[in-house]
Amino acid sequence: MPKYAALIYSPAETEGMGTPEDWAKVMAEYNVFGEEAGAAGVLVGGEALHDSHTATTISVSGGKGGDTLHTDGPFAETKDVLGGFYLLECSDLDEALSWAARIPGAWHGKVEVRPCVDFTEGQ
Amino acid sequence: MTGDLTEILRIEGGQVLATLIRLTRSFDLAEDALQDATVVALQRWPLDGVPANPAGWLTTVARNKALDRIRRESVRTSKESEAMRLLGDPPVADGDDRLRLLFTCCHPALSLEARVALALRTIGGVSTVDIARMFLVAEATMGQRISRAKKKIAGAHIPYRIPSEKELPGRLDAVLATIYLIFTAAHHAPSGELDSHLDAGDEAIRLARLLVALMPDEPEARGLLALLVTTHARRVTRLDSAGDVVLLADQDRSMWDRGAIIDASSIVDSVMQRGPVGPYQIQAAIASLHSEAERYDQTNWLRIAQLYRLLEGIQPGPVVRVNRAVAEAQVSGPAAGLDLLTDIAGSDGWYLFWSTKADFLRRLGRWDEAVVTYQRALECSMNDTDRRFLESRLAGVTHRSTGTGGR
Repeated sequence: MPKYAALIYSPAETEGMGTPEDWAKVMAEYNVFGEEAGAAGVLVGGEALHDSHTATTISVSGGKGGDTLHTDGPFAETKDVLGGFYLLECSDLDEALSWAARIPGAWHGKVEVRPCVDFTEGQ
Repeated sequence: MTGDLTEILRIEGGQVLATLIRLTRSFDLAEDALQDATVVALQRWPLDGVPANPAGWLTTVARNKALDRIRRESVRTSKESEAMRLLGDPPVADGDDRLRLLFTCCHPALSLEARVALALRTIGGVSTVDIARMFLVAEATMGQRISRAKKKIAGAHIPYRIPSEKELPGRLDAVLATIYLIFTAAHHAPSGELDSHLDAGDEAIRLARLLVALMPDEPEARGLLALLVTTHARRVTRLDSAGDVVLLADQDRSMWDRGAIIDASSIVDSVMQRGPVGPYQIQAAIASLHSEAERYDQTNWLRIAQLYRLLEGIQPGPVVRVNRAVAEAQVSGPAAGLDLLTDIAGSDGWYLFWSTKADFLRRLGRWDEAVVTYQRALECSMNDTDRRFLESRLAGVTHRSTGTGGR
């Protein structure tokens, strides 16, 4: 069964904003999704991420063992930031998209659905 | 003879490919196998004659070729047992295969450009070279677009099935929009002139007929077919021998394909009497009213304006508004049309908005404003024939503007 990463993005300017009440309301929405997707057996994993300013991006120059360049911040400075992700196991893209449409991030921001590579599949 | 055979193979190929994709679950393997079978057909048919059921013949041969390929490619061992199981059953042609293929190629997770290319390639059997010519892009670019789309279908597991009742409205829209875009590509070449021995309009009509055959109870599919047929029936008079745009008012209506126009009208009449009316049916009704008028001054503008009002209610937007303004101007005069063209969002870069507005100003004798507005239209125009038309109109109003001492 294919796996899909549902990557949850939200506008950068809303990061860390909102009152504790707002936060509790959104968390309650995520709990509903977690319960529903969990009960349906499609939820394989997922995490919420700390704000994007806690991110460190690294790149190694000249191959393995080379110098590591650290950049303070996420990979791409865009108006949308990655806030968390789910790993969903679904029969096809349609099912994955229908679950993605139930993730609160889909109405608070955007959800990108990416199929995961299955290394057991011969090619 | 070979030309006829190639055409038979192209037309029948869509059905065969659709069945093969269902059996093999792989676009690439199905295409390779069909290609192999086509080679055999081109050798055998000239000698043995075309079989009574070309699609069935091709499917059987292609299925065996697919099995050969799987056996040869040992790297595919992990998939072999699965493929053997799938191919084990005799390949019964399933009428729904092509519908599955159409919905897969027109999946909303694919870009509209990718859908158009994939539908023409797989269902229409049009070669990549010809699709590239239709859309005026390099063959390599089109090949890459098609192969990326196929990779996405395989990698993301876009399902090969007919959508459920609940999904159907949204999914059907994607199919209709794809066919419509193929058709409009034939009518609005972005720049230069079209160069292909295949006509994108004919191909779009073929796909629309197929959709109607596959979904006979779907009124919007019939609406789309009628719209394309009646518009296509007038194509010979759209441009003059120099390739310039001829206005509807000036076209030689005796050259229109009356048979096709009558066919389209009867489709419109039959669907409009049934349930809820959708945007393609309304556009088909409007196009039919234009086609049915034997002379331009016999056009039923009152009814056309009503239909545009109906269309704007369910599908508002600048395109519908501009067309409605043209119809209302015919009923109540250019001032009424001009009133409808003040503050429309999202039309700044659209030449038809400016050229329509300029035409109203010209008819109202507001020469100075007409000059400025035709200039805006020219700035937005991308098509040589449209530019030639606008330049001649601009010359006319500029003459009047200076002639009346306007500036």
